[in-house]
Formats: sequence, structure tokens, C-alpha cells
Amino acid sequence: MFQIRIHGRGGQGVVTAAELLSLAAFADGKFAQAFPSFGSERTGAPVTSFCRVDEREIRTREPVLAPDALVIQDATLLHHVDVFAGLQAEGYVLINSARPFAELGLGEWSGGFRPERLLCVAASEISREHLGARPNTALLGGLAALTGVVSLHSLLGAIEERFAAAGRAQANAAAARACFEQVRDACGEPVHA
Amino acid sequence: MLEQLEGSQAVARAVAACRPEVIPAYPISPQTHIVEALSAIVKAGELGSCQFVNVESEYAAMSLAIGASATGARTYTATASQGLLYMAEALYNASGLGLPIVMTLANRAIGAPINIWNDHSDSMSQRDSGWIQLYVESNQEAADTHVLAFRLAEELSLPVMVCMDGFVLTHAYERVDVPSAEQVERFLPPYEPRQVLDPDDPVSIGAMVGPEAFMEVKYLAHVKQMQALDLIPALAGELGRALGREQGALVRSYEAEGAETVIVALGSVLGTIEDAVDELREEGMSVGAVSLRTFRPFPLAELRATLRGAKRVVVLEKALAVGVGGIVSQNVRIALAGCDAHVHTVIAGLGGRPITKASLYGLLRDADAERLQPMTFLDLDHELVQRELQRTRAKRRSGPHAENMLRDIGVVAAGPV
Repeated sequence: MFQIRIHGRGGQGVVTAAELLSLAAFADGKFAQAFPSFGSERTGAPVTSFCRVDEREIRTREPVLAPDALVIQDATLLHHVDVFAGLQAEGYVLINSARPFAELGLGEWSGGFRPERLLCVAASEISREHLGARPNTALLGGLAALTGVVSLHSLLGAIEERFAAAGRAQANAAAARACFEQVRDACGEPVHA
Repeated sequence: MLEQLEGSQAVARAVAACRPEVIPAYPISPQTHIVEALSAIVKAGELGSCQFVNVESEYAAMSLAIGASATGARTYTATASQGLLYMAEALYNASGLGLPIVMTLANRAIGAPINIWNDHSDSMSQRDSGWIQLYVESNQEAADTHVLAFRLAEELSLPVMVCMDGFVLTHAYERVDVPSAEQVERFLPPYEPRQVLDPDDPVSIGAMVGPEAFMEVKYLAHVKQMQALDLIPALAGELGRALGREQGALVRSYEAEGAETVIVALGSVLGTIEDAVDELREEGMSVGAVSLRTFRPFPLAELRATLRGAKRVVVLEKALAVGVGGIVSQNVRIALAGCDAHVHTVIAGLGGRPITKASLYGLLRDADAERLQPMTFLDLDHELVQRELQRTRAKRRSGPHAENMLRDIGVVAAGPV
């Protein structure tokens, strides 16, 4: 089982991100489970969502306490929420930031983890360029490139399924693809799926 | 066809496949997505003349459901938490009049303090309202059980509440094969009411009944509900054949046969429990689990037969009867009267507190080692409670407990006074 935890703020599409990931994993033929942890439902408040992907039926319903991958949609959360709680030693971290780990004050912390699995990517900038809004779909493209947990093809399909009715599928898909390519260029092919 | 779906969407589509004719609805988290989805289905004309009625409260929702059902319309609604309490008076009327309304309850805690998260306080508070109560473990079960609920309700002319864990299931995306209209049609015949207001054959219902017959009417309600103990397994078998997958009925046993320690629970927590049971069995512990799928009527005989070989029965319940402890465990003790098994009450997961595998391991190891107390509050922060008691002793006007404890643990929202 591969477990992902996504941290962000209300309004950044954190819940949607986990749902999209589960749709993509399902399209890849996997079992997937996505669910949110709602706080007070208001814009800007910290929000967490979870996604599990497995080759067999997923029965557990506990929150993701020991993630294999973390997506941090808003770097300002690093100082308010224990976003790294339970992260596996072999885990992946993708942070939405134009600054590297060291500049975010995480230089020392990151020493305990595999450096090629820790990455900052300027997803908000990518999103602004393509759709002018939330960084969630761009970051999913980045996560797909970093971990291989879902295929880019299935992710783009999930984005199409979710956003077609609102006419936002193309822009979201472009953001996801752009971030996927940026991360792939930075990291090479994913180490694990 | 298997799809990756939100639980609420799956339920809405399964309900639509049952072709309800009236849906009165009032929004409340975490149920709202279900009736939202149904309103879109009705608006799109997929349910013909079905009327979706936005009402001004849950009291109105159930009252309208009663009126609609009494005219012979297949009627559905959904609610949660305070919404269920607000319709409490009407709930008793629906069951007392024998109206086969089907309602989804997206289980959520009851305030104060206000809390939107999952536990079973709401449905447990209405366990004796005369409604049949079914609990589901997954979104597949949630979808399928609604189909069973309509048939059960209409055969017995009694209302049925399908209880699904709020957020944990309603907001979870997982794979679901939603029963199709064709599959449902083979299982669920058109609604032929037993109780109906018909201008061509006028009757009045809801008459005043004095001491001369009130007990008999109530006794009959009990007899009718008890018939569900035979009907639910029969319908589950039939629905299982119609849908091509096994359906839960009264109780479901997971590795419980011959196990020394058996944990009993309701709803979605069974998934986490089953994972824990598998891992503890690998360590050599003699442990199993039982899911109470039907809580009302309470399956005394079936549960007794399932649990009678156990040394200890751990009842994990997501509701608290303040002043006595467990609710489910009281019922389990009746089922096990005269048996040797020790019954332990474990209150867990109140107000959305996660029930983790780690906590379940600890609990079951304690039970296995005969260390478990008769009554346990799982993962209770005793120190936090002690500090608040200390504040209460130190100062008569020590302030509200909820706000004090939030401030104590540093939750920002509470802020300094």
C-alpha cells in the first residue's frame, strides 16, 4: 500500500487533489481510497486530505498516519502544522515553493531522508501561468513524476472527468503536465511506484 | 459497473435507482452531498414526476415525508446529527403510523459542544423510535443496503434508517458498483402501500387511542419490527443473487468462530478492525470480529449464537450513554445472559476521534492478557481532563470546559479570553 497525505489551506483544492489521485489510481487498475479531514470549513484554514493506493482492497479507515508521500500545497503551513508527522524514512516530500529546502529552514531536517525524494516545485507559478488558480492539479502532476504512484495519462483523464463540465479541464491538464515535466527533468524517472 | 465514486454520490444514485416519488430535504453536514446529488438527478428529469421539495427544517422534512408516504408515494430523505433530533417527534409518528419511509443517516456527533464529525450519538439516540436501523461498513454496502431498505420497509410497512458514517464514508472516494435501475427493478416491485389515504376509499389515520388499545398498538409495532429478523436475511439473500455480491444481514462474523476474544462494532470501523484482527492472528492471538449490521430490531439469538463460544467480548461503540456507559454493550449483555463471556464496554471515536490500528492493537492485547477493564474510554486524554477538574476546583467560575480544554491544548481558535 502507498499512502499519501496532502496538506494545504481551505480554498486550495486539497480535498479535490486526493479525490483526483484516487480517480487516477482507479483508472490505473488499482484500489484507491480518498477522504478528507475537515476542520472548520473556511477559506485559509489548514486542511488535510488522504489517499491510499493498493493492489488489493483497502479496508482501513484510519487517517494516514505514516505517509509514503507528502504534498505540502502551502509552505506557510510548515511553521503551524506538524506536516511531517509519521513520514516514512523512504518517503517522498513535494512542497509548493519556489525556494529550496534549505531556504525553507528544512536543511537540517531533510538530512534524515533520501535527498532525491525531497523536492520543492513552484507549482503556484505554474498554475498561475496555465489557469490562474489553485496549485493542486500542478502538484499532482509533480507527484506523479516524483513517485510514479499514478500514471500521467490516468491523472490527465481524472482531470478531464472532474473539470470538463466546468470548462477547466484543459487548463488544469496543462498545469499538471507542465509540473510533471519539470519534476521529471529535475529527478529523472520515478524511483518507485 | 465499477466506478471510483464519492459515497454520497453512490447512495444518491442507488436511491434514484429505487425510483422514489417524493424527496423532502433539508441540508446538514455530512449528509448534504446526498440530497444535492438527488436534486440534480430529479432536476435532470431522470425520475419522471418525482418531487424534490426543499423544506425549511428537518421537522418539516419528516412531516412532509409522512404526508407523502401516507398518500402512497415512495418517500426518501436524509439527515444527520441535530437534524435527526429536530425531527424526533415526527420519527415516532412515521413508525407509529407504519409508513415505509427510507432515510439515510450520515452519522455525526451531537452537541454541545458543536461538532460536525462522525460518531453514532445521533442514531443511537433514536434507537427506540420504532425505525429499523441498519449500519453499513463501506460505500458498496451503503449503496446496496438502500435497495434492501426500500423493499424491507414496504413489505413490513415500517420506516428504515440506513446509518452510514459521516465523512468517513459519505465523503470517501472508493470503488463502488452502483445497483442499476434494471437490477433494482428485478428486486424491488412497485410500491403497493398497506397504509394509504385514498379519496375513493376514505379512512383517517393517526387517531387518538386511549388506554383501551394503546398498549396493543405498541405491542403490534414490536411484533412487526421483530419480523424483520426473519425478513432481512431472506431479502439479503435475494438481493445478493440479484446484484451478484453477498449482502450483509443481521450480524457478520469475521474470524470470530472459535476465537477467545471477539470485538463487536458497527459501521465503517470494521475495516480497520479486520486489518488489526488479521495482524494479531498472525502473531498467534485468538481474536475475531463481529459486525452488527442490524441494530434495530436487535438480533439477540443470532448474536448469542455467534458469540457464545468467546471468552471475552469487547464492544467498541461510538456513542456514550452519559451516566451508565455503553449502549450497544447493554444490548450485547442481554444476548449473552447466562453465558460465561466477559463483556467489556469500550467508548471510542467520539466526535471524530480517529480509531487507529495502533489503539486497537493495544486494546485487544489488553483484552487478551485479561488487563482490560469493564469500561474503557479509548485514547482518552486523562491528563487534560484532570487539569480541567483542577481548574474547576480552584475557581468556582472557571469558565466553559470546552473552551478551557481547547486553550489548554493550544488550539488557536479558542484564543485567550
